[in-house]
Amino acid sequence: MHELSIVSSIVESVNESLKAYPGARVLEVRLRVGVLAAVVEDSLQFCWGIATDGSELAGARLVVNAVPVTVHCAACGEGGALESLQHFRCPNCGAPATDVRSGRELEIESVEIEDAIEDAAETAEEVAR
Amino acid sequence: MTTRIVELRQGILKKNDELARELRGRFEAAGVLVLNLVSSPGTGKTEFLQKTLTALRLNGSRAAALVGDLETDNDARRLALSGVPVRQINTHGICHLEAEMVGRHLESWDGVELGGLDYLFIENVGNLVCPSSYDLGERIRVALLSVTEGEDKPLKYPTLFNSADAAVITKIDIAEAVGFDRETALRNIREIRPGIRVFETSAKTGAGIDGWLDYLAQQKAKW
Repeated sequence: MHELSIVSSIVESVNESLKAYPGARVLEVRLRVGVLAAVVEDSLQFCWGIATDGSELAGARLVVNAVPVTVHCAACGEGGALESLQHFRCPNCGAPATDVRSGRELEIESVEIEDAIEDAAETAEEVAR
Repeated sequence: MTTRIVELRQGILKKNDELARELRGRFEAAGVLVLNLVSSPGTGKTEFLQKTLTALRLNGSRAAALVGDLETDNDARRLALSGVPVRQINTHGICHLEAEMVGRHLESWDGVELGGLDYLFIENVGNLVCPSSYDLGERIRVALLSVTEGEDKPLKYPTLFNSADAAVITKIDIAEAVGFDRETALRNIREIRPGIRVFETSAKTGAGIDGWLDYLAQQKAKW
């Protein structure tokens, strides 16, 4: 159960990226989470609620897009998505698969925001100048 | 009011990954082989590691160990019996070690310099889930499994076993008594991580330890 520390990292990153958009409200945070990432969505959602409660991110949706495990097969040159996490084998030819190409992702894909004022980003740039 | 999508494409554990990369660079520059030992609580990591450290000291290798635990320093005291430098990392409730904890404990470790070591072992917190997400800058991740845990453990924890570079089966001295099905266990490990080296060991009798030490020496000699 390390979802709370994962969520804390997400909150930190989102807040960091929001600095360029003063006053913006976050509507949605989209994640890409590989099925081999050792993270459970239910726990993420639960921790997200706790971590954002009473903060500027309160009410923002957390959307978790699962990324399947895909392998490249040295034996047949093909590969693809694993049929079962209990068998690391090429879905095409059945050979043991060692070359995992996706499924370990743990990343923030995007953040949907509502700007407080038009052209907030440009305003931010002006302020920076 | 306008809404827009801001693309971030940012690793959630970016900070840990960056620190781990930095540590890996330091380990390689110092020529120290670093191993991260991961298993469930009770697999016998500490006993296995104590045996390994003692054997390395006796054959003239310079080894040291960092050991993660939630609260106590019991494991560090046990490992220190091997006669090599050992340092406890208390995570205070955190279920895994992170690169920052490793870096911080190395930084303030009196009398231990990376350049003066051949091997550094990091014994992770007993947990088969969370440690798999956190790179510690190690060169070799070792997954351990005892004969009492059930042959299907690798199938239940594919994330961890698939990320391992080597696997160690512990407590084989009691394999028969607990009805351990060796063939099934080996098959399950290799179904999750095809081609992985598996060492069948007993810290109590010393079985399999020589093969493990040969492997360590080979890995050390690789660079």
